[in-house]
Amino acid sequence: MKKIMSGNEAFAYGAYLAGINVAAAYPGTPSTEILDNFSKYSGVYAEWSTNEKVALDVGIGAAYAGGRALVTMKHVGMNVAADSLFYISYTGMKGGLVIINADDPSMHSSQNEQDNRHYARFAKVPMLEPADSEEAKQSVKAALEISEKFDTPVIIRTTTRLSHSLSIVETEDEPVAESLSEPVAFERNPVKYVMVPAFARQRHPVVEDRLKKLAVMAETTALNRIEPGDDEIGVIVSGVAYQYAREVFPNATFLKLGMVYPLPAGLIKELAGRVKQVVVIEELDPFIEEHVRLMGIPARGKDIFPNIGEFNPGLLRRCAQEAGLISAPVQSTPAVSVPQLPGRPPMLCPGCGHRGLFYALQRVKALVHGDIGCYTLGSAPPLSAMHTSGCMGASIGVVHGVDKVGVKDRTVAVIGDSTFFHSGVAPLINLHYNNGTSTVIVADNRVTAMTGHQANPGTGSTLMGIESPVVKIDELARGIGFKKVDVVNPYDFKTMVDTIKDHLQSKEPSVIVAQYPCVLYKRERKPALVVDLEKCNECGNCLRIACSPITKVEGGVSINAALCIGCGFCATICNQGAIGLPNREGGTEQ
Amino acid sequence: MRKKLDFLFAGVGGQGTILASNIVSEVGMRCGYDVKKSEVHGMSQRGGAVESHVRWAEKVYSPLIEEGNADFLLAFEMLEAARWPHFLAPGSVALVNIHQVMPPSVNLGQEKYPEEKEIESILTGAGDRVIWLEGAAKAVELGNHPTLAGVVLLGVLSTRLDEPAETWLRAVEDLVPAKFKELNVKAFWAGREMAAGS
Repeated sequence: MKKIMSGNEAFAYGAYLAGINVAAAYPGTPSTEILDNFSKYSGVYAEWSTNEKVALDVGIGAAYAGGRALVTMKHVGMNVAADSLFYISYTGMKGGLVIINADDPSMHSSQNEQDNRHYARFAKVPMLEPADSEEAKQSVKAALEISEKFDTPVIIRTTTRLSHSLSIVETEDEPVAESLSEPVAFERNPVKYVMVPAFARQRHPVVEDRLKKLAVMAETTALNRIEPGDDEIGVIVSGVAYQYAREVFPNATFLKLGMVYPLPAGLIKELAGRVKQVVVIEELDPFIEEHVRLMGIPARGKDIFPNIGEFNPGLLRRCAQEAGLISAPVQSTPAVSVPQLPGRPPMLCPGCGHRGLFYALQRVKALVHGDIGCYTLGSAPPLSAMHTSGCMGASIGVVHGVDKVGVKDRTVAVIGDSTFFHSGVAPLINLHYNNGTSTVIVADNRVTAMTGHQANPGTGSTLMGIESPVVKIDELARGIGFKKVDVVNPYDFKTMVDTIKDHLQSKEPSVIVAQYPCVLYKRERKPALVVDLEKCNECGNCLRIACSPITKVEGGVSINAALCIGCGFCATICNQGAIGLPNREGGTEQ
Repeated sequence: MRKKLDFLFAGVGGQGTILASNIVSEVGMRCGYDVKKSEVHGMSQRGGAVESHVRWAEKVYSPLIEEGNADFLLAFEMLEAARWPHFLAPGSVALVNIHQVMPPSVNLGQEKYPEEKEIESILTGAGDRVIWLEGAAKAVELGNHPTLAGVVLLGVLSTRLDEPAETWLRAVEDLVPAKFKELNVKAFWAGREMAAGS
C-alpha cells in the first residue's frame, strides 16, 4: 500500500515498525508530530517529559534495561539534553536508543539556526540523515540496528523541510511491530554504567574504538551510495538538499550520504577520483566540506552556497550559475519582482488571555524579561511589552540579574506554564534562595499551546490521554517559600493591573499566576461584539490590544464578527463604553 | 512520460489551505503520479500566512516548487495571492477566492490593502490569467464552514485538469472530517458549476 506521509509521520511509523517501546520528548517545532503520531500506535508507551534532558534520561533508562527507546527534540532541545547525550555516549546501553533531532534552517519557528551535526562529532556518536518520508521511515530501523550492534546512541537528523514535507511511503496493510529478541532486564554493571572518573577513563577508549569501527561501516552501509553520472561534477549531499541538487544537477555524479557522521573517507575518495570537480551542497555549516578538504580534496561548497538559511531549488540554481557550474539559460525570462505588500505576522489569537496580561504590562510601563512560547508575541507592536527573550527558562534568571545589578526599572519575568515546568523551577528556587526581589509572572493557559496543544503537568492528562495529577504553580511557589503569590484572571483587567503594581512595589520576591485557558484548546465562543460609532471617540485604545477582528474604519473601528470570539476584553478597556454586545435594535448593550 | 504539474496554495491560518493541498496531493497519488508536498505552518493558527507546495510528476525530487514553475496558484485570500508572482510559470492560472482578511498594519491604518486591479496586474505580469472566484460567498451560502471556500476552489481546479471528477470526489470524502463530508461534497460540486458558468 502507498500512503502520503509527512517526514514526522513517517518517523513515527518507522519507529513503530522497528519495535520502539518507550518514547519520550518535549514538544518543539518542527519535531512535535513525531510523538503525537507515535503515541497513537497500540502497545507503545510515549510521554511528554518536562524537558528534553528528562526525555533523554527516560529513553536512556529504557535502553539500559534492554528496551528500544526513541527520544525526539528540536535542535535547541539538544542543548538542554546535551549533558545526558555525552554520558550515554560513554556508557552505551544494553538495548537500542535513537534520538531524532530536528534542525530549523531559516528559523521558521526558532531563536537560532544551529547546525546540530556538530553534536554528532562533539559527542562521538553516529548520525543519519534521511532525504524524504520513505527514508525517514527506514532510518529508524537502520539507526536501531547500528545502536544495538555498536552499543551507541544514534542521532537521526531531520530539518523543518523534511519533517513538514509529505511524500509517498510504502506501508503495510496490517503493520506489526518487531519484538525484542530477549526480555527486558537491567544488568548491574557499574564499570559500564557508573561514570565516576575511574570508570569513565576506561570507557573513553571504547568510544574512540567504536568511532573507528563506525567509520569502516560507513563505507559499506546501504545508507551511503554513489549515483553514477558524468565526470564533470561530483556532488556530495545529504538530507533534503539532495532533492534540490538532483533537480539542479541532473547529470552529475552523486555521493548521496544517508549517514553524515562518521563520514566515509573511501567513498569520498572514490567520488573525487571519478570527477573533475567535487562540490559539497549542505545547508548551514560546512560540516562535510571541511572534512573533505582535510582529506586534501579541493572541494567547493560554501564559496558558492550560503551558510545562512535553508536552500531551495531556485537558490541552488542561481548560485551554481554564478559559479559557472551550470550554464545560464540562453534566453533568460525577465525576472519577476516580489511586490511590497503589507505583511501578515502572527498575532495573539482573538480571545487569548495573554492579551490582558501584556496590555496591563504595557500600561504600567514594565521592563519585561520574556521566554519562549505563544506569549513571546507580546513583544510585537502594538503591545510591545517584552524586552528580552532568549531561550526556554531564561526569563527568571535574567530578571534576577537585571535586578541585582541595580536597574531601577519596574522589572518582571514572564514565562509560560509549560516553559516554567521545562526550566523555570530551578531559577525560581534560585531567586528565592539568593534573596531576590523580582516578580515572576507565569502566563498559565493550562497547555503547551505554541506547538499545537500538547498536554503538560498543568493540564491534567498525558500524551497517552490518561488522566494525571495537576501540578499547581501557586502551591509550588509557596512550597519553595514564596510568601507573595497571587492567581489572577488576566481579563479581569483592573485586578491584573493592581496586582502587578502591588507586586512591583513589594521588596520581597513574588509570583503572579495569570491564569486563563488557551482559547484554541477550549474553543469557547460567545457572540461577537459590536461598536457604537456614536459613542466612539477614536482614542485608539482597542487598536492597541492587537486583536485581529478590530479594524480601523472611517469615524471609529469595526469588529469582524467572523473572527471575534466574544471575550469582551475590548469592551473592558474602552473608556467610552462604545463596545458591547449587539441588542435587538442594532445598537450596543453593556 | 506525463507532464509535471506544480500547485502553489496561499492563504491565512484557519482557511483550510493545508486540507485543500492534502486533497490535491491525494488525487495526484491516486492517479499514479509521484507526489510531494511542503508547507510551513508553525504560526498558522495565530493568523499568519500559510503557503503550501504540491508537486505531481513521473518522479518528484524537490518538495518545493522552483520560482517560475507553478502551473496553478490557488489563493484563498486576495492579499496572499499577490505575494507569489515570482513562482508563476508562463501560461499559469491563478484561481483567487474573493475574500479579504486584513493584516494588523491595515487594521491599524498604517498600510493599505491592495486594490483588486493591483493584485490582478501583479499576477498577470508573471502568469497567464487570474480567475476571481466567489468561493467565500458560496461557502456562506452552503453553511459558512471556514474551509468550504477552499473545496469550492478545488471544484474549479478539477475542471481544468484531466483527472476524473470521481477521483477528486473520493479524495474530498476521505480527507475531510466525517461530519462535514456532505457539506464539502456540495462545495466541490458548487465549484464545478462555477467553472462551467465562468
